[in-house]
Amino acid sequence: MLIKPASDIRSSEITPRALYLNRREFIRATTGTAMAVAAGAIGGEAMLKAAPPAAHGRKLENIKKSPFSADEKPNTWDHITTYNNYYEFGTDKDSPAMLSRSFKTEPWSVVVDGECNKKATWNLEDILKGQTLEDRIYRHRCVEAWSMVIPWVGFPLADFIKKCEPTGKAKYVEFTTLYDPKQMPGVRQPVLRWPYVEGLRLDEAMHPLTILTVGLYGEVVPPQNGAPLRLAVPWKYGFKHIKSIVKIKFTEKQPLNTWQESAPQEYGFYSNVNPTVDHPRWSQATERRIGEFLRRKTLMFNGYGDQVASMYAGMDLKKNY
Amino acid sequence: MRIPDRVVRFLFKPIVFAASLGPLAWIVWAALTGNLSPNPLSDITNETGVWTLRFLCITLAITPLRIITGWNAAIRFRRMTGLFAFFYGTLHFLIYAIADRFAGLDFTNGMFTLATARNLAASVGEDIYKRPFITVGFTAWCTMLPLAFTSTAGMIRRLGGRRWNLLHRLVYLTATLGVVHYYWLVKADVRRPVTYGIVVGVLLAVRVVRAWQRSGTPSMAAARRAPAP
Repeated sequence: MLIKPASDIRSSEITPRALYLNRREFIRATTGTAMAVAAGAIGGEAMLKAAPPAAHGRKLENIKKSPFSADEKPNTWDHITTYNNYYEFGTDKDSPAMLSRSFKTEPWSVVVDGECNKKATWNLEDILKGQTLEDRIYRHRCVEAWSMVIPWVGFPLADFIKKCEPTGKAKYVEFTTLYDPKQMPGVRQPVLRWPYVEGLRLDEAMHPLTILTVGLYGEVVPPQNGAPLRLAVPWKYGFKHIKSIVKIKFTEKQPLNTWQESAPQEYGFYSNVNPTVDHPRWSQATERRIGEFLRRKTLMFNGYGDQVASMYAGMDLKKNY
Repeated sequence: MRIPDRVVRFLFKPIVFAASLGPLAWIVWAALTGNLSPNPLSDITNETGVWTLRFLCITLAITPLRIITGWNAAIRFRRMTGLFAFFYGTLHFLIYAIADRFAGLDFTNGMFTLATARNLAASVGEDIYKRPFITVGFTAWCTMLPLAFTSTAGMIRRLGGRRWNLLHRLVYLTATLGVVHYYWLVKADVRRPVTYGIVVGVLLAVRVVRAWQRSGTPSMAAARRAPAP
């Protein structure tokens, strides 16, 4: 006789066959998706390939030498035009070199607005009319702890600001980069809030070291470096050097710059190069000069302390990072 | 799918092994031919890190692959891909130590001295202690150490299959920490680390669903627990 043990599993506890098969299906579907996504992620990123340097552009004429130039060997044209942070053209270092090649910089106009007497829309040619251009070899320190020496060509921002006649209310200058999704594939992604905005205190903007840049190595500045008009403030981190400027506005209140808006605990308004104030995620004490193996000690105000430190006398630079 | 043992051992395995060395060969080739960016040390650090994560994903994908295709021989490649994850992770850590830490030391008494070794250890230690994303990355690498150490057949035998399996679930932690490390490293564009997060998440979810499926199926164990009449 066959003795069959009574089952303690009620029939209601037994997973119905249909549901059981559904789970199988579910596992198959999810794993299938996972494999597909994995394959995409694994194969989809750019292969290692050096970006081609920028084509050489028109030579700029009548460039004056400047006592503000650093006495250091500049990085090469190839270095400077293939290693760029210009998120409007993608977030990889080589994306701007590859995706900005057909960027149109002519005609170009700049809107001047805010607390000033001469609100106007300027053509770039008019901004440059009668303006002496200078060679300015500047140390350039990125917040990511790498640096270059770059032979910019430009002119003091102060020269242009004077033409705009800021009023007594103007305490800050706010700059805006072009926003053009047709030409700038990077802005189609909400990586940052577009358009890119930067700002300076008026005295910083008027400082003789602060220049509007139109050239590199004596030639018209290439798109990946911020053509046709970009800022250079060599004692501040690279992201303050706003590119492809289309608007300059004088304000009473401190502008909210894009990186500060994106991560206020990591990027401040001042962003002066400071080896004693670390980025929360990495050290700012040393930097890699592009082209070198050993890291250099980062200098206070990027080595421009003699000229600019007095502007920050009495300020807590740990708080005002 | 029945593939003879000899074919797996003498054909497939060498092919997978050679292919797994491909990324390293590619990086070395790119470095020698000037196909890296002007900051090659940063490229090499990033590439070896990303390949660590990719090999972890491949390793974690083997069980789901078996579920989908029923091709159980796939498991025979898992040790190799896992060890390659460890290999690329170790390269990643060494390159970071050299390019980021060693290159930033003071060499007052010359470069290759005992003081340099001490300073390097201190500098790496301080960085691991100070920066959360380095802490997490280093922890991820550490979790691979016991797995690499117990990857031999002898160690599997010594530990016993059940304990060995339990220990090797540590790889779930490795992959998760790897993704967090990547996520904390990037400045604003989190699309790539998030993609890896989704991949790892789904691969781990497969395990959860499978465990749920097993618990939901009336098992022999439950039947055996039935009281005698």
